[in-house]
Amino acid sequence: MSTLAAPRAEEPLVEVEGLVTTFPAGAGRRVAVVDGVDLAIGRGEVLALVGESGCGKSLTALSIVRLVPRPGRVEAGRVRLAGQVLDGRNPELWRRVRGGAIGMVFQEPMTSLNPVLTVGAQVAEVVRLHERVSRAEARRRARSLFEQVGIPDPAARLDAYPHQLSGGLKQRAMIAMALAARPALLIADEPTTALDVTVQAQILELLRRLGRELGMAVLLITHDLGVVNELADRVAVMYAGRVVEQGTRREILATPRHPYTEALLRALPARAPRGARLAEIPGAVPPPEAWPAGCRFADRCPRRFAPCEAAPDWTRLSATHAVRCHAVAGGRA
Amino acid sequence: MSLEPHVATNLGVAALLALGALAAFRVRRSPFWRERLAEVARRRPWALAVIALYVVVAGLDAVSWRDAGPGLGEPRSALERLFPADFREASYSAPLAEVEFYGGAPLRHPGRHLLGTDILGRDVLLLTLQGAKVALLVGGLTCAIAIPLALLIGVPAGWFGGRLDDLVFFLISTLASMPSILLLIALVTAIGRGPLQVCFALAVTGWVGFCRLARAETLKIRELDYVQAARALGVSTPRILWRHVLPNLTHLVVITFVLTFSGLVLSEAVLSWLGLGLDGSWGQMIDQARDELSRSPVIWWNLGAASFALFGLILAVNRVGDAVRDVLDPRTLREGA
Repeated sequence: MSTLAAPRAEEPLVEVEGLVTTFPAGAGRRVAVVDGVDLAIGRGEVLALVGESGCGKSLTALSIVRLVPRPGRVEAGRVRLAGQVLDGRNPELWRRVRGGAIGMVFQEPMTSLNPVLTVGAQVAEVVRLHERVSRAEARRRARSLFEQVGIPDPAARLDAYPHQLSGGLKQRAMIAMALAARPALLIADEPTTALDVTVQAQILELLRRLGRELGMAVLLITHDLGVVNELADRVAVMYAGRVVEQGTRREILATPRHPYTEALLRALPARAPRGARLAEIPGAVPPPEAWPAGCRFADRCPRRFAPCEAAPDWTRLSATHAVRCHAVAGGRA
Repeated sequence: MSLEPHVATNLGVAALLALGALAAFRVRRSPFWRERLAEVARRRPWALAVIALYVVVAGLDAVSWRDAGPGLGEPRSALERLFPADFREASYSAPLAEVEFYGGAPLRHPGRHLLGTDILGRDVLLLTLQGAKVALLVGGLTCAIAIPLALLIGVPAGWFGGRLDDLVFFLISTLASMPSILLLIALVTAIGRGPLQVCFALAVTGWVGFCRLARAETLKIRELDYVQAARALGVSTPRILWRHVLPNLTHLVVITFVLTFSGLVLSEAVLSWLGLGLDGSWGQMIDQARDELSRSPVIWWNLGAASFALFGLILAVNRVGDAVRDVLDPRTLREGA
């Protein structure tokens, strides 16, 4: 059940606590693919969730809004949005939350819009889904949303079909849809991966501006550290279903402490010496059923030692920077 | 209050006209459909004109009324009124003949029967024109039953999957493995030979193919990004089916309708051959030719007129059907673009 509590001033706008999502792993076992993820995002703040493919970033986003594809199941995890606690399994409650208090933007603007409906109709649909307004009023709202996301000539573009818009405009239209019900949290899952580089920058700038103007919390999911550098205020690094390091952008990018974060950053072309071979992380993220019991990065970690057999707990490095690593905790790194 | 049959038919025509006007209005408002239809018209002007002719003839035959004044007779259709009243002879007469074919008795309307008369002395041209109504009824009404039925069963099966899908697929396989002619005969024998019943029987045996297609397409659309996006923005399942799945099946519906239509008109001819067809259909006229072709000299005009009319309609519909498929099918679309 959801309860209303008065939000305290210093409380973050959005908090996700103890998110656990499992998938069946054969023989009646279920393996936690998202394993106890906690996130907190303030008003107007952009939190980037980064990690390799297969580490559970997108699944974390889908778990937050309870859209995990079957046979996956969200086992636990509370979402606190502007003081309101969302919990439980009531599908109708979560349906209203989706697109209402939480908006989502996806990776593929090319295919994320229905090809046979005008974009205006699709934005107006979301407006009317979450608010009781007339068709004409929904259309006016769609128009002002189009203005807000920087679509030129919004009145004419309302009647355009998706195939008549460029990729960048489509992504702007998707963002307009996500903003239709004035959400407190905007989840952007790889919002610029499918776009041209020049358009990428514009969309990132738009997301930052909207987050500030509307006082939203933005959860940005990406594997692109360039995007992180451009947009994020804080960063959470995810590996094999767990968040392993959190901090401000500067802390993560300049002084990473977790061996995985360090390895990720070393693999960036811009940071490597000219002409040198790029550093790589040996191996790949193992499939969930093969994740080690203790520290999940242990198998690929250069600083592995005996305590890594047990799961590491958080080590606070500053008010904002924390890391889950035995080597850091034991002063070995 | 019960309606006289001819009044009910007139109301039916009015309803169809209203539906047609609504469809035209929707098409005009949608640039996509306006463009596609214009393309079909550009590719197949003659076939479309032929179809329009059949539709007009059928429409004229569907509207009927009684003459005012005393001695109310049977209602006559607008088409029948284009011919002289009581335009009948006693028996066969050859095209434009002055006398009866057998016996040589003088005709009541000598030289006026352009295509002769049949065994009951009815004008073959009029009969042939009246056959258009029956043909369009068989094709149209059957599709109007079969396609919604297929969507109603196929879309949920594709969307929800699981047990429902298993059940539907069992049903489809079972129906598909029965010889359809046998099933048709059984159904028509069981529920009767009226136009509605025959169309229903044809629909029951004909919905399976499209149902399979609708199921498969729904299965595909369900996984597409825009359906996922709609779910992520809180659109409910019934609304997703109505707003995001069904409209994306429209092109399939149109293609299926046009391509099924001609097959159905032909099936009716087969049914007539088995003695289960609709009264006044071209199939029945062709069926009569079994006896007429064995006479000497041969009676050919009845068979010829009905076959030609049937052939013309089927050819025109198939030509338009090909164009519609080319214009609407996304695969050919991409190659053509």
